[in-house]
Amino acid sequence: MKQLVTLNVNGNTYSLAIDPWRTLNEVLREDLNLTGTKLGCGDGDCGACTVLVNGRSVSSCLTLAVAVQGKEITTVEGLAQSGEKLHPIQEAFIEHGAIQCGFCTAGMEMSALNLLKQNPSPTEEEIRTAIAGNLCRCTGYYKIVEAIGDAAKKMKV
Amino acid sequence: MQEFVTIGTNVTRTHVRDKAIGAAIYTDDIRLPGMLHGRLLRSPYAHARILHIDTTKAKALPGVKGVITSEDIPRIKFGNWRLFPDTQDEYVLAVDKVRFIGDEVAAVVAIDRDTAEEALSLIKVEYEELPASFDIDTSIREGAPVIHEAFPNNISIHRKVSHGDVEKAFAESDYVREDVFHVHAISGAYLEPCASVAQCDYSGKITLWTSTQVPYIVQCLLATTLGMRENDVRVIKPHVGGGFGAKMELRKWDFCAAFMAKKLGKPVKFTLSREEEFETGRRRHPMRIYSKIGFTKDGMLTAKDLQIYLDGGAYNAMGPTATFLCGNYGLMLYRYKSYRFHGQHVYTNKPPASAIRGFGSPQSTFCTETQMNMAAEELGIDPLDLRLRNAVHEGDVIPELSKIGSCGFAECLEKVAEASQFRKKRKNPKKGRGIGIGCYSFISGGVFNWFNTQYPFSAAEVRVFADGTAHLLTMASDIGQGSDTVLPQILAEELGLKMEDIRVTSADTAMTPQADLGSWGSRVTLMAGNAVIDAAKKIKEKLFGAVTAHFNLNVIHDLECKNGKVYSKGRPDKGLTFGEAVALAQKFQRGEPLVERGSYTPRGKGLVTPAFSFGAQVAEVEVDKDTGLVEVKKMYTAHDCGTVLHPQSVEGQLEGSIQMSLGYALSEQFVLEGGKTLSTTFLDYKMPSAMDMPESESICVDTYEVEGPLGAKEAGEGLVSPTAPAIADAVYDATGYRCYDLPITPDKVLKGKTKL
Repeated sequence: MKQLVTLNVNGNTYSLAIDPWRTLNEVLREDLNLTGTKLGCGDGDCGACTVLVNGRSVSSCLTLAVAVQGKEITTVEGLAQSGEKLHPIQEAFIEHGAIQCGFCTAGMEMSALNLLKQNPSPTEEEIRTAIAGNLCRCTGYYKIVEAIGDAAKKMKV
Repeated sequence: MQEFVTIGTNVTRTHVRDKAIGAAIYTDDIRLPGMLHGRLLRSPYAHARILHIDTTKAKALPGVKGVITSEDIPRIKFGNWRLFPDTQDEYVLAVDKVRFIGDEVAAVVAIDRDTAEEALSLIKVEYEELPASFDIDTSIREGAPVIHEAFPNNISIHRKVSHGDVEKAFAESDYVREDVFHVHAISGAYLEPCASVAQCDYSGKITLWTSTQVPYIVQCLLATTLGMRENDVRVIKPHVGGGFGAKMELRKWDFCAAFMAKKLGKPVKFTLSREEEFETGRRRHPMRIYSKIGFTKDGMLTAKDLQIYLDGGAYNAMGPTATFLCGNYGLMLYRYKSYRFHGQHVYTNKPPASAIRGFGSPQSTFCTETQMNMAAEELGIDPLDLRLRNAVHEGDVIPELSKIGSCGFAECLEKVAEASQFRKKRKNPKKGRGIGIGCYSFISGGVFNWFNTQYPFSAAEVRVFADGTAHLLTMASDIGQGSDTVLPQILAEELGLKMEDIRVTSADTAMTPQADLGSWGSRVTLMAGNAVIDAAKKIKEKLFGAVTAHFNLNVIHDLECKNGKVYSKGRPDKGLTFGEAVALAQKFQRGEPLVERGSYTPRGKGLVTPAFSFGAQVAEVEVDKDTGLVEVKKMYTAHDCGTVLHPQSVEGQLEGSIQMSLGYALSEQFVLEGGKTLSTTFLDYKMPSAMDMPESESICVDTYEVEGPLGAKEAGEGLVSPTAPAIADAVYDATGYRCYDLPITPDKVLKGKTKL
């Protein structure tokens, strides 16, 4: 039996009828066409599906869509102010070469945002800890860590 | 040395903005109207005869649109080694027999993924289980289960290379050692699971979007297996979330999506789960490596006898290439006065191994470098000196195989020693700490045409316009490594344009020039890069002609394209803007646009590769005396990749290779029991996270490769090889435990340590 839900994603309100077992990841990707959030494993191990719910990062593959009604959901599509003005985290990822294949990028950026909201001046160790749940096979994480450190500086200005 | 404008700078990578904002489209992001979803039924047995398949109940499930088994599709064997049809050993869906747990037996297409999944459970397959083999020793034993009837001894490929009299050389050597090494399988572990979407138009022509490194190979083999003509199949590579070698074949879901799209008249998508990727995905070859090497008393190599068994799993996949290459890698890096190699590719009832970053090199090089370290100790020679004495140099001929055009190996050794203070730290050991070294040489693409392409190895088409812009079309595949950046970068350099003046269209078999063999073996920069230069040269000839005519220049004037202008080098005032020159040249052709095609095929380059890259790496580790846990503290790298086209990307490749090789050395492995994979999640598979990464310091040694585009050659893939032997050597330095079988797990360290 489908349920009527109202989801608040990136400041937009969506009313949907969905099966109660569907994950937030499925609903974002399949119903709302917000395909920027990826699915890398479905087990909550890789972090590619990370989104923010009420400002805290969650694995959208392990979160039921019905469970996040009435909460503020932010996906990678909600980061940039416009096509021209990117979020400092996105700018830093680009400048530092933190993006290769790009599949982990959205999740990395959301984990970075989660960190920087709580800790605007993280140490390198704190950055590494914050993205320990986000796997990347291309970069060895070096440039991602650098980018997040630089984004922290950019966000203070 | 050439002076560059765009080359060597960190231009913003193409597509990176789309990736940053979540707008880049990967295959699973594609949604087409009316699209159906497919799932694959896989074998639960490692080796079994299929007696009967009943799909009645699955077909009757509401929402199911189609179920296929091998009864319903053309029974055509396929495989990448088209030049040798005997090696093509896979059917799309199992015929009569399954050969590993996960072997594809049937496919279901339904209105959604859940329905397709449910339908899989309604397919009844009757199996008769057969004895199975899960390792090399069992497979090659007399009376072993026969996995493919055409190969009753389970050995599908033999490869032999030799030069000089190995036996005589051993007899005359002062020091000889023999060792046996075992190396294990690892996953490419790309973040994007494989996916494909197929659409069929009303004339019956197929378009396939697929997560691949080899759109052209997929096009050809898909056409063959469907019984269609190549031009009736269009393959488009969307953004790809990494491949690392494991996405370089036609895959079964590609076929099933295309076949069902044609049959049902609706688009069809297949996306694999991570569990399927770990249970069945392509992986690096486990190998058993026997190696005997001889030296004179002053440390000069005399001979090497290398015998390798590759555990290929149930099908050949890219195993034949791995068999060839691990023998070639055994011969690179040092001057071997005599050499003998015998490689044998063995079938087992496990998921097929194929190409994973390094393609035979990480395995072979682990053996080479570990033996160099052991020999250095026993000969009483510093391991760096032993390498310097035997290192290959520019101009060396590798007997029977190739000639080395550029080589910065010796310099790499010196630089890495200096940066890491290797000699000093070796002489002054600290408790629990160790330092070790490993080196590599790698290829810049292969020259052997195993796919039997009828086209050039790489091609490029360049179109230039009167508004001062250019359009580069190439079938080369950017899978995250950055070819969509460095190829236009090369064009920008050649035509004197800026990156933003160039549009790039890549990896669409119907739109981009025939052909390109794909992204593997570090072939793209060199081969596709040379094709771009070839096309650019032809464009320039036309522009130079127009400018020469316009200014009535003497034909001996040397012209160039630079900073948006086309002009005489001797008289820079005699020149036009790039756009004006194009407009004029176009007038000379009475309006025909300026379009040129360039190509590259390695010819007369021996049997391996047109160019060799080199490097040396030093690892510093700390080992916990109670737990045996190894922590890599720092990696020092010096590498020679010719001209560095895009420094940030080269560094990114290097850093990524440290992550992958760290996993290879210490933590990543497939745990199998009776052919069943137990490590089916990232949690169990244990690839390094950001917390596990050591510090890294790197140096690029400056060389210029004449065969490469603007002096460039391979970067980043070969680097996956020296890390494990360097770490193993450092662990030995710290603990006295010498690793003969990867990975270096804490239990092995605790059992093997002699000090600490």
